[in-house]
Amino acid sequence: MIRTLLIANRGEIACRVARTARAMGIRTVAVFSEADAGAPHVRACDEAWPIGPAAAAESYLKADVILDVARRAGADAVHPGYGFLSENAGFARACEAAGIVFVGPPASAIDAMGSKAGAKALMEKAGVPLVPGYHGDDQAPERLAEAARSIGFPVLLKASAGGGGKGMRVVRAEAELTAAIDSAKREGKASFGDDRLIVEKYLERPRHVEVQVFADRHGNTVHLFERDCSAQRRHQKILEEAPAPELDPATREAMGRAAVAAAEAVGYVGAGTVEFILDASGSFHFMEMNTRLQVEHPVTELITGLDLVALQLRVAAGEPLPFGQEDLRIGGHAVEVRLYAEDPARDFFPQTGPLTRLRLPEGEGVRVDSGVEEGGAVTVHYDPMIAKLIAHGRDRREALARLAAALGRTEVVGVTTNAGFLKRLVEHPEVVAGPIDTGFVGREIAALAPAGESAPESVLAVAGLAEMLALDAAAKAAAARGGDPHSPWARADGWRLNDTAHHDLVFHDGDRTVTVRMTHEAGAWTALVGEARLRLRGVLDGDGGLDLTVDGRRQAATVVADGDRRVVFLAGRSWPLALEDPFAAGEAEEGAEGRLTAPMPAKVIRVAAAVGDRVARGAVLLVLEAMKMEHSVAAPADGTVARLAVGEGDLVEEGAELVVLDAAEPEANAG
Amino acid sequence: MSVIDSRLDTRSDVFRANAERTRGVVDDLRDKVRAVKDGGGERARERHLARGKLLPRDRVRTLLDPGAPFLEFSQLAAHGMYGGEVPSAGVITGIGRIAGRECVVVCNDATVKGGTYFPLTVKKHLRAQDIARENNLPCVYLVDSGGANLPNQDEVFPDRDHFGRIFFNQARMSSERIPQIAVVMGSCTAGGAYVPAMADESIIVKGQGTIFLGGPPLVKAATGEVVSAEDLGGAEVHSRTSGVTDHMAQNDHHALSLARGIVGNLNRPKRPNVELRDPAPPRYDPEEIYGLMPPDLRQPIEIREVIARIVDDSRLDEFKPLYGPSLVTGFAHIHGYPIGIVANNGILFSESALKGAHFIELCAQRGIPLLFLQNITGFMVGRKYESGGIAKDGAKLVTAVATAEVPKFTVIVGGSFGAGNYGMCGRAYGPRMLYTWPTARISVMGGEQAANVLAQVRRDNIEARGESWPADEEEAFKAPIREQYETQGHPYYATARLWDDGIVDPADTRTVLALSLSAALNRPVAETRFGVFRM
Repeated sequence: MIRTLLIANRGEIACRVARTARAMGIRTVAVFSEADAGAPHVRACDEAWPIGPAAAAESYLKADVILDVARRAGADAVHPGYGFLSENAGFARACEAAGIVFVGPPASAIDAMGSKAGAKALMEKAGVPLVPGYHGDDQAPERLAEAARSIGFPVLLKASAGGGGKGMRVVRAEAELTAAIDSAKREGKASFGDDRLIVEKYLERPRHVEVQVFADRHGNTVHLFERDCSAQRRHQKILEEAPAPELDPATREAMGRAAVAAAEAVGYVGAGTVEFILDASGSFHFMEMNTRLQVEHPVTELITGLDLVALQLRVAAGEPLPFGQEDLRIGGHAVEVRLYAEDPARDFFPQTGPLTRLRLPEGEGVRVDSGVEEGGAVTVHYDPMIAKLIAHGRDRREALARLAAALGRTEVVGVTTNAGFLKRLVEHPEVVAGPIDTGFVGREIAALAPAGESAPESVLAVAGLAEMLALDAAAKAAAARGGDPHSPWARADGWRLNDTAHHDLVFHDGDRTVTVRMTHEAGAWTALVGEARLRLRGVLDGDGGLDLTVDGRRQAATVVADGDRRVVFLAGRSWPLALEDPFAAGEAEEGAEGRLTAPMPAKVIRVAAAVGDRVARGAVLLVLEAMKMEHSVAAPADGTVARLAVGEGDLVEEGAELVVLDAAEPEANAG
Repeated sequence: MSVIDSRLDTRSDVFRANAERTRGVVDDLRDKVRAVKDGGGERARERHLARGKLLPRDRVRTLLDPGAPFLEFSQLAAHGMYGGEVPSAGVITGIGRIAGRECVVVCNDATVKGGTYFPLTVKKHLRAQDIARENNLPCVYLVDSGGANLPNQDEVFPDRDHFGRIFFNQARMSSERIPQIAVVMGSCTAGGAYVPAMADESIIVKGQGTIFLGGPPLVKAATGEVVSAEDLGGAEVHSRTSGVTDHMAQNDHHALSLARGIVGNLNRPKRPNVELRDPAPPRYDPEEIYGLMPPDLRQPIEIREVIARIVDDSRLDEFKPLYGPSLVTGFAHIHGYPIGIVANNGILFSESALKGAHFIELCAQRGIPLLFLQNITGFMVGRKYESGGIAKDGAKLVTAVATAEVPKFTVIVGGSFGAGNYGMCGRAYGPRMLYTWPTARISVMGGEQAANVLAQVRRDNIEARGESWPADEEEAFKAPIREQYETQGHPYYATARLWDDGIVDPADTRTVLALSLSAALNRPVAETRFGVFRM
């Protein structure tokens, strides 16, 4: 029986674990870094303890500190979540030594699966299929050719010392074999100074299919069916689903049995995942076992109706699994996507920033697991995942449709996300048709992450309308605070006598600058965007929501203002724009004058900058003394010191030149 | 409150014909306004832009809060005058919202004759200052002007209401705590130099603005000194050395941003001392006024139908509805502000004049602003009426109108003839604003009437000599008189000479009055002391 559970993690998984633990009546203890003091996972638990600075190495990875907190907080169990200490056998052992239950497998199982080569050897012994291959020292071309023949075509020749595709050859038939071995050896020699080759079965259009296993301390091991995680980008899972589409029952059963055998071979306890490669022929091969709860566990929960965290806690408390393999059934289909702060158009470069707005659509058939909230931030310290969106449906089509709709209603402002990319992914005809292989995302990247897409006229028109309505609302709110609350002056449509009311807004859409002319007549707006004219009506709800009619068509939109940025959410997509501030240029130029002169006759008592120094606005460049008073001369703008006309001890006249600054150039885009 | 029950049949042929004709008149007005908004024409605009300056209307737009309304005055000033070369008299004036408060903006248009002051430029500038003073509104001057138009110096320089009055007004308004802010965005020469110098706070644009009493040519002629405009009176000189300006701006946008900041710091809360209500739109579409306008001003306009399309919820509480019915008086609201309405619904008789005077006394006593809707051919004439003392009763109305201290507004919706113009708060009676509909006519009497009067006098002379006057000769005598009255009575003729503050599309009347009324309430409604009413 676990009474107090310390959750040695953060973010969505800490919140997830806390939710179940609290539902089970278990007292929960959170730990948090300095960066996470106000994080949702801290509030999700009954109490929370600080464990160090933001950097994970100094907080969430500090096994001793966390264990100390566990002891002091009176925790009788620790749930490690995923990542951080979850597959750290040393931590598991330390918990055990401290008499605290580690919610996970025995340290020995972690160790056993931790070494790839060791794990493969163990699996081979347990009869779990591996990718057939030859790793022998005999490098005679005839020996390699023989290995290739016995593995069966197609085969992959790889340089032992290789990487980056150098020395790699796919051989589909006997006829190509000799020449391919020769050229692969030559290339290996040339590239790595080593011509040794590995021969492996070449897997055509491989899929990543993994099996969720569960074992108790009483010798029961079951599998909870499989998950297909073939949608990957550089080995990072993007979309996971259960069950795997178009998997025949015999293969499913065989994979399940193999996974259970793998778990049993290492004396596994708790939740684990056995990952396989499934090829086009339907044969599957062991890759590795993850000895923890997976990020994508919710899809399994949704199709089995089980709470895996609850099961983990029961098993950890010594209870037997409450069901046998024959009790388990697949119910419907579930698909998960990971919403990340990253920019798909810039090679998925991670993004950080404030979550000015975060609206994640939960509802019928849609589950959201998130560990951040509106007003929070995505920081450099941790994984930039914002949330997992998981849809469940009677069948795959329904689950995908629900997920696409949910992504269309997802609103994130402040950081760039992959939401648009994910929506295109779940709506891609090949994904909808399913299944896909692990190369799919890479092949389709241009379609999934199109670069430099211009916002359509309707989006600019909606942005314009929202701006005018917001200006109007702001003017009315300001009037309402004063003595003339209903002032007719408090309107913002650019009203002019004997002319059509209009106002021009300039938006930046990527590299493009677009002027949107908003005209207002008889309660209706017209947006002129280039050659297009759109008739608009709308009501703003005070939360960015816009009840909208565009050319007679009723729609909902959201326009979020964040400084000069405007993000338009329309028809299931989002468009980041920037609104030009006509005054910005003038204000930036103010003080950008480079020549600094002495304000009075004075003595230079300190020179704090040197020629060539890059200085920020406000940086002290030198200090003068006059009339027994010190006077600092500061940089009026960012720039580079181009000339220093004085030195320490110099006496200067009023108006004498002191420093010349070159204004800072806008920073060139790195890389 | 009683809602006006409109009897207007908007499906009748008469309505449709009237509406179509009025729409044509309004379209012509809008065309004329569009034309003057181009200022001094394409070439002058391009030259202006090439210097890195914002066009004057863009300056005004940038100065105002984004999307704020701008109630422009006398758009067609100087229309058809000075060879048609001085659109809007070369200066844009109006009321706009800056940093949340109503301000008068006076913006020179340097694309029009270098922004120099023609006689009507001076008149329009002074009128804008009058509006600012009467309504207690801060002034922002966007200066870009070569000063007095030299060929017209005799009509702009020396008289009381000439150029010098601009600076007199600045000083007086400043003394009355009405902020005076100048932004020098171009030349500011000779007398013009006093606009920033007399301002409470002034801004100058680097590389654009210059201020000097005498420009480089004059300096060279006078003393032989050779100096560039920038060194003589540029932004650096005035912001660092002379102190004539307080702020140096990098460009037009920056200058306007600084001006907005200054206005934002004025600390002038607006506290209207009238009872406010929630505004409500009229129950009838204001554009239906188009269908009310008859083809000939000799045909009556049912003024209640007009009122129903101007006031909140079309509600009018009439005062003395059964007495002197040719003048409609009553209490209403426009955009939530209380207003007393005095409106012609026929010729003025003694009773209507007495009723009007009584009603104005009520409004003055209660601090309720007044709106006059003029459609008046004059006071009734004839022995019966003269002996009944109509001159005395008319005088009571004129006394009441002249001395009432509440804000007064006048709209000339139809005819404005003779003493009717005076009794109904014509220009001479100091309404805070006076607007004209494009369908109106303004003259001492109607053209036909004037031709008849003059013909009658002439016929009397001819017949006294025992001669006769053939009908065709009489017609030849009358035609040019009628034509003169038609031309001079036309609202474009009137507005060109600043006899009003602008011509207003009838459908916009409610909006224009609401903005005017709201702006006027920046000066608290004052107590009235009436003059002696002749009893």
